[in-house]
Amino acid sequence: MKFGLRRQIPLAWCLLTRQPGRLAVALAGICFAGMLMFLQLGFRDALFDASIAIHRLFNADVVLISSTSSSSISMEPFPKRRLFQAASWPEVESISPVRWGLLVWKNPETGSPRGILAVGFDPDDDILSLEGLAEQKKGLQLDQRVLYDRLSRPEFGPVEDWLKSGRTVTAEVRNVRVQVDGLVELGVSFGADGNLLTSNRTFNRLLGSADGSSTSIELGLIRLVPGADPKTVATVLKNALPNDVQVLTKSEFLAFEQDYWRSSTSIGFIFNLGAAMGLVVGAVVVYQILFSDVVDHLPEYATLKAMGYSSMNLVTVILQESLLLAGFGYIPAFFAGKGIYGLTRSATNLPIGMSSRMAVFVFAMIFTMCVISGLLAMGKLRDADPAEIF
Amino acid sequence: MTTLHPTSPHPLVSIAGLNHWFGRGDQRRQVLYQLHLTLNPGEMVLLSGPSGCGKTTLLTLIGALRTVQNGSVEVLGEQLLKARKSVQQRVRRQMGIIFQQHNLLRCLTAAQNVQMGADLVPGLSFGQRRQRSIDLLAEMGLKDHHGKLPSALSGGQCQRVAIARALAANPRVLLADEPTAALDRRTGREVVELLKRMATHHHCAVLMVTHDPRILDVADRLLQMEDGRLTTAQAALQA
Ligand SMILES: Nc1ncnc2c1ncn2[C@@H]1O[C@H](COP(=O)(O)OP(=O)(O)OP(=O)(O)O)[C@@H](O)[C@H]1O
Ligand SMILES: [Mg+2]
Repeated sequence: MKFGLRRQIPLAWCLLTRQPGRLAVALAGICFAGMLMFLQLGFRDALFDASIAIHRLFNADVVLISSTSSSSISMEPFPKRRLFQAASWPEVESISPVRWGLLVWKNPETGSPRGILAVGFDPDDDILSLEGLAEQKKGLQLDQRVLYDRLSRPEFGPVEDWLKSGRTVTAEVRNVRVQVDGLVELGVSFGADGNLLTSNRTFNRLLGSADGSSTSIELGLIRLVPGADPKTVATVLKNALPNDVQVLTKSEFLAFEQDYWRSSTSIGFIFNLGAAMGLVVGAVVVYQILFSDVVDHLPEYATLKAMGYSSMNLVTVILQESLLLAGFGYIPAFFAGKGIYGLTRSATNLPIGMSSRMAVFVFAMIFTMCVISGLLAMGKLRDADPAEIF
Repeated sequence: MTTLHPTSPHPLVSIAGLNHWFGRGDQRRQVLYQLHLTLNPGEMVLLSGPSGCGKTTLLTLIGALRTVQNGSVEVLGEQLLKARKSVQQRVRRQMGIIFQQHNLLRCLTAAQNVQMGADLVPGLSFGQRRQRSIDLLAEMGLKDHHGKLPSALSGGQCQRVAIARALAANPRVLLADEPTAALDRRTGREVVELLKRMATHHHCAVLMVTHDPRILDVADRLLQMEDGRLTTAQAALQA
């Protein structure tokens, strides 16, 4: 019977729209769930994304790190010699030694100390594809000069404002006075809420080397001749070099950092849990609404059954209600999510935004949530017994 | 088998040897005993009897709302004894039912409520079903009320909408269980007269349970029930 397919009274629509109070509660619940999911998952993705913001910029095909390094916040030194050894391979075009570590920076205004991620490199090398670096890095030839990340958290001091107002900005790093020579734009991450770039020499001095030299580095960048395959070269180097270093292609290096935050910390779990909480709260609200809707209309549903409507027809009505709720609850959640991302971006400098993948994913979750709630509420329809309504 | 109208070739409802029990085990109690009954096209039959004698139970069995346990209940050519769900549904669609409470859907307007009945009729377009609903409401004297929600209508008006809804599915049999019980005397009388007129106009047989002695005169035939048994098999009224 083609009964279900032709146009009929839009019962689900009428049930929802003619009970505006109930509809508002349901939509608020769904909107809340959606917002929470956007917030939690957005943060999760943004943080994972931010954790490799600087890694992405490195100008390298293959990198060396110490075999004991586990992430950007625990970069261990290894002998610089390893990098020079690697340079003897014909596929290697050039190398750049890089120093890397969290150093204590004193806020130039208040003097309060805070760990900042410092990266030291030879100012003649082109190690980061970062806007404005090429022009500014010459200044790092001078000792005790640094470039400051203007996206660093404000707790590090009003460096940008002072610099722009023409002041000479100096600050203490590990009790050595340095001068900020310019600004770059890198962004904060889990590991670092501020960044500064400096020369190898200055970095070594900050660590206490009197003449600014060191036999250790934390990161070795290797660029290959055109046409060489990074994967193959990495394997060759891995076998040839002593195992105090790990040899990674650039994409492995990015994955290495992200994997740390994903698997060695509970950050991912916490955000997923937050999103799941939103889902549960939303599901409970929608279930409650649909359930009480069914209970309130039991005699009416029983009447429909007595008239000859099948249980399937009624199930369809509840399902339609949940789909309508999903659709109409998602729209405000989407815009609220966009708003939250905007606020978060301006407050934290995190690279957070509404991606289409996220938009679709949250919609799918809300959709599933509403359908499951609807299916649970349907159980109550069995109580609509047409024999009991007289 | 006692055939009430032996001249009638195709009774819409014919019941023979119907027994019904409620409960299980020790609690099992018989409420209907060896009922025989037929309902012919165009008839209006009233069923009355003391409270608890089994009138509603009989109505729910004829309406395919309850499974027939024992005996034969043939409605519109379908045997309802241990009938399957699909058969029950088919029978329900060809019958109109009116309850003591109007049981209108609160979220639908009068016309939409009637159309819930009309929507069961196969072959008509949405517009045709809509028009049919509005026409039926007009016939019920609710011409200017079809856009109103049940909450904006009086009890009598709601009951008239419920009758229109029952008739909208083009039923050949109309079952009504004390449709006037929730109405005051005058409104009740009006509703019953309207029901009778509409049933005649739409060629629909009516089986109505009522306690109200003042409306017995609209019946073509009266049935009396006591303790699960039909006592007065036939009491034709000279109208
Ligand atoms: N679902 C049920 N389970 C058990 N017993 C029932 C059930 N429904 C009705 N009964 C019993 O069956 C008997 C007949 O009930 P029924 O509702 O048919 O009476 P009735 O003639 O319609 O009464 P009234 O005039 O009060 O509506 C009553 O004794 C009642 O208690
Ligand atoms: Mg009764």
